[in-house]
Amino acid sequence: MRIRYFTQDTAKLLIWIAALSTIAVMTLILIQILGEGLPVLHFRFFSDSPKNMGREGGILSIIIGTVAITNVALLVALPLGVGTAIFLREYTRESRVSRIIRFGTDCLAGVPSIIFGLFGFVFFVIYLNMGWSILSGGLTLAAMILPTLISTAEEAIKTTPYSYREVSYSLGGTKWQTVTRAILPSALPGIFTGVILGVGRSIGETAAVILTAGSSLVMPTSLFSPIRTMSVHFYILAREGISMEMAYATGAALILVVLLINTVANLLLNRYIRHKV
Amino acid sequence: MDNRNKLTVRDFSFYYGSLQALRGVNLNIPSNEIFAIFGPARSGKTTLLKSINRLTDFIFGARHTGTIHLEEIDIHDPKMSPPHLRRRVGMVFDLPTPLPVSIFDNVAYGPKLNSITQKNRLNEIVEKALRSAVLWDEVKDRLHTSALRLSGGQQQRLCIARVVALEPEVLLLDEPCSGLDPISTASIEETLVQLKEVYTVVLVPHNIQQASRVADRAGFFLNGELVEEGSAYQIFTKPREKQTEDYVTGKFG
Repeated sequence: MRIRYFTQDTAKLLIWIAALSTIAVMTLILIQILGEGLPVLHFRFFSDSPKNMGREGGILSIIIGTVAITNVALLVALPLGVGTAIFLREYTRESRVSRIIRFGTDCLAGVPSIIFGLFGFVFFVIYLNMGWSILSGGLTLAAMILPTLISTAEEAIKTTPYSYREVSYSLGGTKWQTVTRAILPSALPGIFTGVILGVGRSIGETAAVILTAGSSLVMPTSLFSPIRTMSVHFYILAREGISMEMAYATGAALILVVLLINTVANLLLNRYIRHKV
Repeated sequence: MDNRNKLTVRDFSFYYGSLQALRGVNLNIPSNEIFAIFGPARSGKTTLLKSINRLTDFIFGARHTGTIHLEEIDIHDPKMSPPHLRRRVGMVFDLPTPLPVSIFDNVAYGPKLNSITQKNRLNEIVEKALRSAVLWDEVKDRLHTSALRLSGGQQQRLCIARVVALEPEVLLLDEPCSGLDPISTASIEETLVQLKEVYTVVLVPHNIQQASRVADRAGFFLNGELVEEGSAYQIFTKPREKQTEDYVTGKFG
């Protein structure tokens, strides 16, 4: 009896330690970055373009570049990812083809980002002659986040109850109507998780982005303009000792942007769910 | 072929891989009547129902022999598209299966698939369908709240309304009252009796008492075979076959 209580208490203790350590690590990072960065942050930092290699001015062109490249990545990867997931779950049975696709995406998910960067550099930047640009970078990031989108979307579609399909078919729905009206709406929250993960990966990526989108500080004017994303900016400012102060400010801004995206996204999703259920 | 027959099943056998679920079934189902298909579990009742609107198409490794005619049309004719067939032959399942959308959108789901989009027209269809499923008075003030918040009995009547909204010719009901309380069951049975004025109803009752309460004709299934069919009165009072009698009187089942 005493041993059982002992085990019980030890387990409880260990689980508490695990949970608290997670929170502690997260808090430490936030305190460090925000503590150093927030005092430097003011409105001008968001509204001015960088001057003197980033030692002065703000990061407007960089924020715009980041948003643009992430959007290109999502616009390309989301339809492809959801389409592949629908194909795997609804348009084909478990077969050699579906296993090859799934194996391929799993492998792709494990490839280091620098390899994607190299591929993007050779294929988009040089071979397709797109140069260092939002487009090259966006397409490279799209390839990078595609596996995550496919597997989260597939999982979400898989958890849609079979009865939804049966109901839709029994009411005279075609396969496409069933997919778009019964399955996707209920899989949306799951697909959304994949989108958030993908956005996070895109925003946080440096290596692949430097190789494909460049590191220009100039305000982009088209999809073919080279840009610098916030993560790359942070990396260059810190790595080349240009300005630790501005690096922290960029880091803090990056954290705020990610927080903002997640909050807005969650709000929209909750509203959608409340509206539906 | 008798023109009064809505459904004609000829020598119909059905296999799930190597497992035979239906064995050479012959059955005529007349229009504007409630036909009860009853029998113990695994006797092929659901398989027959799902064969009639070809929901069995989605089962991997399933095949069939024999024919099913809806009036004069062979439902397996390549020219007959399954979505079109299912609009004429609606189905309600044994468990309530509301989609996770509002009451209104559940009922409007079928009409919208048929590209009916005008708001007025949809409103009319939804009200009419909910009225014929005896649900309108209970939900008319909250049509745009989630269907998942309805009680089990209400959800099942919603599923009936959803099928009725398509104005099908045949209604297939697979134990629509399983898991429902007696009051909900009574109101669904009342609904069915009203619906047979317009539709042909094929019902798998969840017990014999229900079959004898609502059915006009009945067929007894055992191990995938149709043992006997006839008027409900005859089947439940003077069955011809020993097996039917044993089942109806409760000696097995």
